[in-house]
Amino acid sequence: MLTSDLETSRRPWPLPALADLPVPLLPLQPVLYRIVRRVARLHPELFDRLGPHQRTDFVIDLTDLPLALHLRPNPRALLLRAVRKDRLPPHRAHIAGDVFTLLRLLDADVDGDAIFFSRELVISGDTEAVVTLRNALDDVEGSIAEDVAKMFGAPGRFALSQLRGLADTNDHNDGMTE
Amino acid sequence: MTAGELVCPAGTPASLRTAVDAGADSIYCGFQNATNARNFPGLNFTSQELGKAVQYAHERGSRVLLALNTYPAAGNFDLWRDAAGLGAQLGVDAFIVADMGVAAYIAESHPDVRLHLSVQAAAASPDAIRYYVREFGVKRVVLPRILTIPEIREIKKEIPCEIETFIFGNHGLMVEGRCSLTNYATGLSTNMDGVCSPAHLVEYRRDPDGSMSSRLGPFTIDRFDPQESAGYPTICKGRYCNEAHPEGYYAFEEPISLNLSRLLPELMDAGVNAFKIEGRQRSRAYVKKVVAAFRAAVDDIRAGRAPALADLAALTEGQKQTEGAFQTKKWR
Repeated sequence: MLTSDLETSRRPWPLPALADLPVPLLPLQPVLYRIVRRVARLHPELFDRLGPHQRTDFVIDLTDLPLALHLRPNPRALLLRAVRKDRLPPHRAHIAGDVFTLLRLLDADVDGDAIFFSRELVISGDTEAVVTLRNALDDVEGSIAEDVAKMFGAPGRFALSQLRGLADTNDHNDGMTE
Repeated sequence: MTAGELVCPAGTPASLRTAVDAGADSIYCGFQNATNARNFPGLNFTSQELGKAVQYAHERGSRVLLALNTYPAAGNFDLWRDAAGLGAQLGVDAFIVADMGVAAYIAESHPDVRLHLSVQAAAASPDAIRYYVREFGVKRVVLPRILTIPEIREIKKEIPCEIETFIFGNHGLMVEGRCSLTNYATGLSTNMDGVCSPAHLVEYRRDPDGSMSSRLGPFTIDRFDPQESAGYPTICKGRYCNEAHPEGYYAFEEPISLNLSRLLPELMDAGVNAFKIEGRQRSRAYVKKVVAAFRAAVDDIRAGRAPALADLAALTEGQKQTEGAFQTKKWR
């Protein structure tokens, strides 16, 4: 099992201080569970591509937020929950990136290899599990982010459009041309 | 000047549809097993997915080329035979093969389906190419990335088949189909198992100073400083230390991608029939951007306009580009 290396590099504007703020995680858990259930319901084919890594524990470290996500994409016992960075659960694969980068990855707006080359995405642990998850998510057409936003109606769609706007701004500020 | 058929990669059904929609003339892909050289976890097609993909492509005027470009071990031919049978049944437009046994079997059992010779066969001389044409009826050869454009022009004059060259993507200077580096390091073969640097044996280690080491099996391949662009964890792109280079040096090739967008007119004039974009392991975002960029460039050239070349640097390995041997054999 891995221990976290607490990747905290590249905290982009405009959320420079959020990563240091304490947040209550409990209210997030039912929301995250609803999200993962909805994605699983809309995209059941995703699990075929995951194969044996349906039972792998992933930690997704949101480097500009004061929390990480613990994902186990087992369709029979789905798990997506927020966890504290200083108390990560046992896990086999660790993925770190800022929210905007991960959002664009989820939107199939950026190439996973390209943001790995540029070091915006940092992975450690079971590389095969990460590659498999990336490939499975990339085969989902449409936008998982939009699917999630729709769960929350107009406020959800508004929040997503704002986040995407910020992601674009952040991207341009970084000088990325992709 | 040739038409410049665009041959584009697809690692998943979604990528294939993206490639078709972005203007691919042909899309190459493979099954989820060792019959193709991108046998990566979570990638490739089931037979059901391939059937739907062929239908989607054909309805939009695109072709599907099935990669069966690995080498079966002696006595272990069933997987390749079954894959060829399925491909023919599903209506693929061509098989991309490397192994002579696979080529002979398909030529005999599925003579109506075109045979393309994979870059994995490493056929780089007129004699070698003519042999495959004569013996197996190969209709197209994918040339290794070791030839200059004048050399390609000369080869074209001496062979009775089409030529396909890579124009973008991973740039390995190894003679494809002959590389045993992964086999040496891991016991698994790129050419027989379809895995170059198998992911389950790749490890990235973070150091406290933010630098990152990439390892394949027991070997450290490279170490990247915190702000340094990274590359694939392949031995041929690794940086190694020895007495003469204690600071480390690229023994084979550095992390860099091929980009021949500037040379497209010259390649078309030299008789290259088809342009291959590497990257079945890459994402839909990559496929969409690269295919669209080269579609526009080829269309511009065919219409007699100067091609507008999109900046694809962000998608390249190590965020560096080269024209490799196509420009000069002294590219390093």
